[in-house]
Amino acid sequence: MPLGIFFLVSLVKVVITLAVLLTLVAYVQLAERRIVARIQSRVGPTRVGPSGFLQPAADTFKFILKEDITPTDAHPFLYVLAPVISVVLALTALSVVPIGGTFHLFGYPIQFQVTDINVGLLFVLGVTSLGVYGIVLAGWSSNSKYSFLGSLRGGSQMLSYELALGLALIGPIMLAGSLDLRQIVNAQNHIWYIVPEFVAFCIYLTAAFAETNRIPFDLPEAEGELGAGYHTEYSSMKFAMFFLAEYVNMITVSCIATIVFLGGWHGPMFGPALLRVFLPVIWFALKVAFFLFLYIWVRGTLPRFRYDQLMGFGWKFLVPLALANIVVTGAVLSFH
Amino acid sequence: MHPALFFIFGAIAVAGAVNLLVQRTPIFSALSLVAVMGALAVLYLLLGAEFIAFVQVLVYAGAIMVLFVFVIMLLNAQQPESSHRSRVARLVGIPVVVLLFMEVAGVLAATYANTPVGFSGRIITVQAIGDALFHQYLLPFEVTSVLFLVGVIGAVMLAARQEPPQPPEGRLPRAQAAGHGGSGPTPEMAAALRQPARALGGVVAPDAEPHAAGTEVKSR
Amino acid sequence: MIPLSFYLILGAILFSIGVAGFFFKRDIISIFISIELMLNAVNLTFVAFSHFWHQAAGNIFVFFVMVVAAAEAAVGLAIIIAVVRNRQTLNADKMDLMKL
Repeated sequence: MPLGIFFLVSLVKVVITLAVLLTLVAYVQLAERRIVARIQSRVGPTRVGPSGFLQPAADTFKFILKEDITPTDAHPFLYVLAPVISVVLALTALSVVPIGGTFHLFGYPIQFQVTDINVGLLFVLGVTSLGVYGIVLAGWSSNSKYSFLGSLRGGSQMLSYELALGLALIGPIMLAGSLDLRQIVNAQNHIWYIVPEFVAFCIYLTAAFAETNRIPFDLPEAEGELGAGYHTEYSSMKFAMFFLAEYVNMITVSCIATIVFLGGWHGPMFGPALLRVFLPVIWFALKVAFFLFLYIWVRGTLPRFRYDQLMGFGWKFLVPLALANIVVTGAVLSFH
Repeated sequence: MHPALFFIFGAIAVAGAVNLLVQRTPIFSALSLVAVMGALAVLYLLLGAEFIAFVQVLVYAGAIMVLFVFVIMLLNAQQPESSHRSRVARLVGIPVVVLLFMEVAGVLAATYANTPVGFSGRIITVQAIGDALFHQYLLPFEVTSVLFLVGVIGAVMLAARQEPPQPPEGRLPRAQAAGHGGSGPTPEMAAALRQPARALGGVVAPDAEPHAAGTEVKSR
Repeated sequence: MIPLSFYLILGAILFSIGVAGFFFKRDIISIFISIELMLNAVNLTFVAFSHFWHQAAGNIFVFFVMVVAAAEAAVGLAIIIAVVRNRQTLNADKMDLMKL
């Protein structure tokens, strides 16, 4: 592929990905409000548009029109940098996630993926591990006790659970023999890794909830005790950036769970050629939607952990379990 | 392409390192080092070391430096006043550093001037690294794991110390603790510095502070 | 195509800045950060040589440096926390006793 066409294709992919992603975030949020409302025997937002369908647009306008407040004693540079770090890293991590196979357009192979790299899984882990800077700097720079406590909690929580998250992914990596997300999916032609690696799947899912600061691990924001945690002082678009980053991170970990454990875009194939191009994407989207629903479901039903329970659970249960899983996987693989 | 990327990210790395040197508050030094590490990761990619590049981001920038930033926040660290010894260090240090650089760079430049490297698609794969690590370098690998274990125990022992004689104040005086230094005081900062109760760096109420810090350290 | 020496000189520049930071900085955390910069500079030369000689050994060495740096950071920062708790200063010049 010539360099010019490569750049053109990449640019188009980036624009499409961003557009789809931002719409998706808006509607995941609407879905969350509606589903949580159902769980709590409420109705949720219904007024804007047909059955609340335009609520995200209204929310966006609200975010834009709100006053953008910077606390007097906040550090001016870091206070702005923190949300930017969060949202940029969240979007970057998604750039290597493949959502479908390959098709040919004008003779060029096009992949459903912004960019394909050999060590995609490492890339995602590396970039998401940097996301903790956004939280830590937000709490430090906004110079408020709630923010500071939230960011201390968030920093230690994300560092701890990142370990369990990474270790849980080692088992599937050993089975697939690759860090390339595409190859991991292709290796699951016969059996999805959720079957042989069910323990790893459970660990991954738990740690992913903690990594994205969602209930039951939402101690960094803990609105009952800390105001709003690390983003207490943020308003308007800066808050919207944290919000966006949280939901994009949710989508990223859901995509990784789909790719690593649920066979990615594999599913029944039927119909004409054009459908066969897009059917994998639909399967992928359905699987991701399942995880996103799980997030919302859990949010509606589980209470928040206490801080010492959170750390104890991560270090004393998840990490040893993940290590044991690696040992067992290695033993089984070497006897085969 | 390769030279352009090298010069761009090399310049970022050097700029980050210089910023690390001139910043007076540790938090900005730490963040500069994160920028240096990011630039170096790109250079590693240019050199075909993809595993090392992402491990650099994952471990170095994503874990070790987060720990640094964390401790800086916890201790509310700021630049101490310069003492007599720092003037001596400056007097002796600058010539020594310049000499060191001249010598190292001179030798390296003379020896490796005509040895072009470029991105030739040759990548040191994860497989190659794993192969070398678990065959040729198995003993060092095991030894480092023991080192890690010792490190974990040491860190827990040190950080979870029994209560010191007096309750730890653990904080520098409020007025000094203007953690947000950088490039001279802005009007707001100067105003805030004039009223010690609302010092800039004092992020947590005084009574909540030592307790929170202690809990955090122990629970890690 | 650029000569290998460019990478090595970049490493030398970063290392020298690290040494300078080690000399000039007075607070113990910044000194620690300067040490990390020096380690990074050395890592760059390892990777450059590894690429030049087509050998994975350089990468392995960088891996070990990172592992040791991680252990060092964990223990070093714990020591710093302990010292600062007891002495209420970060100034390395004031830490002149062989005990906490």
